[in-house]
Amino acid sequence: MKTSTLTIAILLAAASQSTMAAELDLKVTNLTKGIHFTPLLITAHNSEDTLFEVATEASSALQTMAEGGNIAELVAQATAAGSDMAANPAEGLLAPASSTTATLTTTDGNEYLSLTAMMLPTNDGFVGLNSWKIPTEAGTYTINLNAYDAGTEQNNELVVEGSGAPGTPGIPAAPGGDAGTGGTGILSGDTNTSIHIHPGSLGDDDLEAGNSDLSNTVHRWLNPVAQLTVTVK
Amino acid sequence: MSSANNLKKSLLVLALATTLAACSDNDNDDPIIEEPVVVEPIVVELVISEFTITFSNLTAGQPLSPLSVIAFDDEAPWTFGTTASVGLEMLAESGANEEYLSYESALAAVSAEGGIGPGETTTVVISVEDQETLNLSFAAMLGNTNDAFTGLSSLDVSTLEVGGSLSRTTTAYDAGTEANTETAETVPGPAASGEGFNEIRDDTADIITMHPGIVSNQDGLSTSALGVEHKFDNPVSKIVITRTQ
Repeated sequence: MKTSTLTIAILLAAASQSTMAAELDLKVTNLTKGIHFTPLLITAHNSEDTLFEVATEASSALQTMAEGGNIAELVAQATAAGSDMAANPAEGLLAPASSTTATLTTTDGNEYLSLTAMMLPTNDGFVGLNSWKIPTEAGTYTINLNAYDAGTEQNNELVVEGSGAPGTPGIPAAPGGDAGTGGTGILSGDTNTSIHIHPGSLGDDDLEAGNSDLSNTVHRWLNPVAQLTVTVK
Repeated sequence: MSSANNLKKSLLVLALATTLAACSDNDNDDPIIEEPVVVEPIVVELVISEFTITFSNLTAGQPLSPLSVIAFDDEAPWTFGTTASVGLEMLAESGANEEYLSYESALAAVSAEGGIGPGETTTVVISVEDQETLNLSFAAMLGNTNDAFTGLSSLDVSTLEVGGSLSRTTTAYDAGTEANTETAETVPGPAASGEGFNEIRDDTADIITMHPGIVSNQDGLSTSALGVEHKFDNPVSKIVITRTQ
């Protein structure tokens, strides 16, 4: 009994010194009724190199993802940081109620998981997971994910072609094909420029006019917006 | 371990059956084994598990229809991302659960006696023959909506011991069988008293997803029969399952 406790203690000490690599099966499900996700990026990283940090200003790489769905900069950043990643596992958009899967082998020291994908149609909304500690115990873990606002663009709720470029106001696309036109633009008093929980879209009931190009019965959501299932092998 | 357990339970069942004792007030630590009936080993392998469920409405202003509880071993009566059965469509559009409870793969199915208003709690008991794999599924409509419901698709209670309990909060789902128009004609709850179930109306998406919430006529949907008091956010209800036998 004593010896085995000792053995375990030694093993634990060894494990904490060089954190062991893990093999993960990942499954992401879009829980929403009317929101598409742009290409997902899931990274395993050390305690520093998260994809984003709530209540801080978004990096330009995150802004690029949140406003236009482009993950190239985040991928470059994560590569430079030595993160392990699953980039664009759905090979494009992840539609409402759909799931995608990926496997991820983590290297020593990459003990945290982060995830991002832009939510369409929104201005700079994204589904996110911020530094979730990967359990060392084998098993299946389910995490509910919330919608974040990158804080980099006013939520004017106007669908504008070409607005996926960072700094260009507007929603680049509504993949469901159910958005309107001719809105005058929502004037929001949201002055929070840090990454925060998205307050939700407003929409309106007039697809040809009104303030918003979004439909208030189709494009709203409640948290959680996605579910991530992690199987640690 | 489990066979000893089973035997104990069968004895208990038998004791209860023979005495027809009205002693279900077993909140005290000890079940009623004070009467050691000596039984011949012709005991039928009929072990009954009983679960007592409390269901609390956490919404501001949504009545919840009578909670449906279905016990099953393999296939859940509803699953996220799939098309709702006609039974679930009926439940989610009108609150009526007879069809839903007649689910063919159900090992047992019960309904709470009535619906519950905001802030209220109801209790339901379900008894089912013990199984290797035993899951419970829950569903109830949010009355002042088109086709919103809440519940749990599947909760594994196979290893729940007598006296043990599980607590879960639930989110709002959209049955996908009706557009969320919120009109007086289509919302069956007390806010509107419109038509409930209509199998062919607006089955556009036809996939169970999370519910986006209601808009209301105070937040930009002029044709809505609902007010701000009918808005909800997750979680919508709390369900506590205690194995009582």
